[in-house]
Amino acid sequence: MTSVRRRNPARSGSPALLGAAGLAGLLLIIELLPRLGLVDDRYLPPTSRIAAALADETGSPQFWTSLGDTLIAWALGLAIAVSAGVLAGILIGSVPVLRELTASTVEFLRPIPSVALIPLAVLLYGTDIGSTLMLVCYAAFWQVFVQVLYGVADVDPVAYETARSFRFSAWARIRHVLWPTALPYVFTGIRLAASVALVLAITAELVIGAPGLGKEIAVAQASEAVPTMYALIVVTGILGVLINLLARTGERRLLAWHQSVRGEVTA
Amino acid sequence: MNVLKRVLYVVALPAVLFGAWFVLSDGSENFYSPPLRSILTAFGDTWQADRLRADVFPSLLRLFAGYLLAALIGIALGVAIGLNRRLRATVEPVLEFFRAIPPPVLVPVIMLFAGIGDGMKVIVIVFGCIWPILLNTVEGVRAVDSVVLDTARAYGVTGPARLTRVILPSAGPQIAAGLRQALSIAIILMVISEMFAASNGLGFTIVQFQRSFAIPEMWSGIILLGLLGFVLSLLFRLAERRALRWYEGLRAAQRQG
Repeated sequence: MTSVRRRNPARSGSPALLGAAGLAGLLLIIELLPRLGLVDDRYLPPTSRIAAALADETGSPQFWTSLGDTLIAWALGLAIAVSAGVLAGILIGSVPVLRELTASTVEFLRPIPSVALIPLAVLLYGTDIGSTLMLVCYAAFWQVFVQVLYGVADVDPVAYETARSFRFSAWARIRHVLWPTALPYVFTGIRLAASVALVLAITAELVIGAPGLGKEIAVAQASEAVPTMYALIVVTGILGVLINLLARTGERRLLAWHQSVRGEVTA
Repeated sequence: MNVLKRVLYVVALPAVLFGAWFVLSDGSENFYSPPLRSILTAFGDTWQADRLRADVFPSLLRLFAGYLLAALIGIALGVAIGLNRRLRATVEPVLEFFRAIPPPVLVPVIMLFAGIGDGMKVIVIVFGCIWPILLNTVEGVRAVDSVVLDTARAYGVTGPARLTRVILPSAGPQIAAGLRQALSIAIILMVISEMFAASNGLGFTIVQFQRSFAIPEMWSGIILLGLLGFVLSLLFRLAERRALRWYEGLRAAQRQG
């Protein structure tokens, strides 16, 4: 839509080029700040040293085990939360009485910060992957569940009544009317849940000490290995970007037939 | 009758759940899930004026300070970036990256710079919850209808009036969405920063209870955090509804039409 502009595209530069320049600028600033003595390099090491620490990390098996632990907790927690959220959402969303009855409880439970459960998780599972899973599931569940509720509410009543008058069975109504309408909402929920799940997985590891990248960050901080700490944080950021990209691409692929995606392409 | 029914719908399930919890846990011998009766007693004993003043108020102050700062900076930067196409293209990947970093991992970094005082906690909150506000503001400003902008320009609406009368209201709903996301992140970060290193605060107190195996007290802290999250999101919704009244009206009218 914004492609028609009077400005000369060659002069204003392509977005990708400008973006790369922005990233390079950030790296340069982080290199220069400590080198020029503006920031204590014990607090913020220059980019080159962070990069060296990152290269170091990728050479150690410990790093890959931690990365694997984090990803397993993330994927498992997300899978549980998504299936529970979709099932509960469809069940509760399609029965008006249930919906009315649960609305206040959902509103109450949803804003409970999942980190409030950290002490409980520690007591129940110790520093096991179980405590990470519990937090991830709790936090990601609500994202999916609420989206599914919205999706089910969005079903065209005429279509639903038509299906009913054609004597579609309850299952067929869910399969052919409700599910296609709710699907975009489900994907939005999954996308939101995917990043929330990552945040909670790493938080749990950081605070509780469950195995994973978060724990490595805590260890690096405690042993004052500052460049390593920054390197690991960069890894979590990259992980976040990748998960976001993956979710967006997956959404676009799987919903290629849907109006929201088709409209985006033609516009 | 109608009001009665609605009230019934709102309170029925919570009452049943709470009742079930109370009855089922009453004879509980399990150390980790004490009877609700003793949790409630602990709640009354624990969260009294002294502790509210010493732990809850500092937490809330940090939360509000961090949240307000993040909102101010986020909206200001967001408007600037949203209005300037080249600036946007330049900083977008950097912003995406910062948003993708799980905010709690910034706690150790900010501890390096700011120690473990109140400043650290406020900075952590600002740094974590600024991204949804910033990025949503950018999106909202970008999506301002160009016809509206051109019309405003043709009528000589420029400068501050253009910002406050045209751009901010039009981006309002999206900014509000960012602010809502940021609120829950702010609460999470408040608790996390206190769990890490602190001598007071809600997060600190709850972890103390857990470490000293004061289980009913720990449960009462979890319930208090839940209530806090609930009340804050309720307040936010009221404020949002007031600020965006014109928008809700517009949407309702569109839906009927």
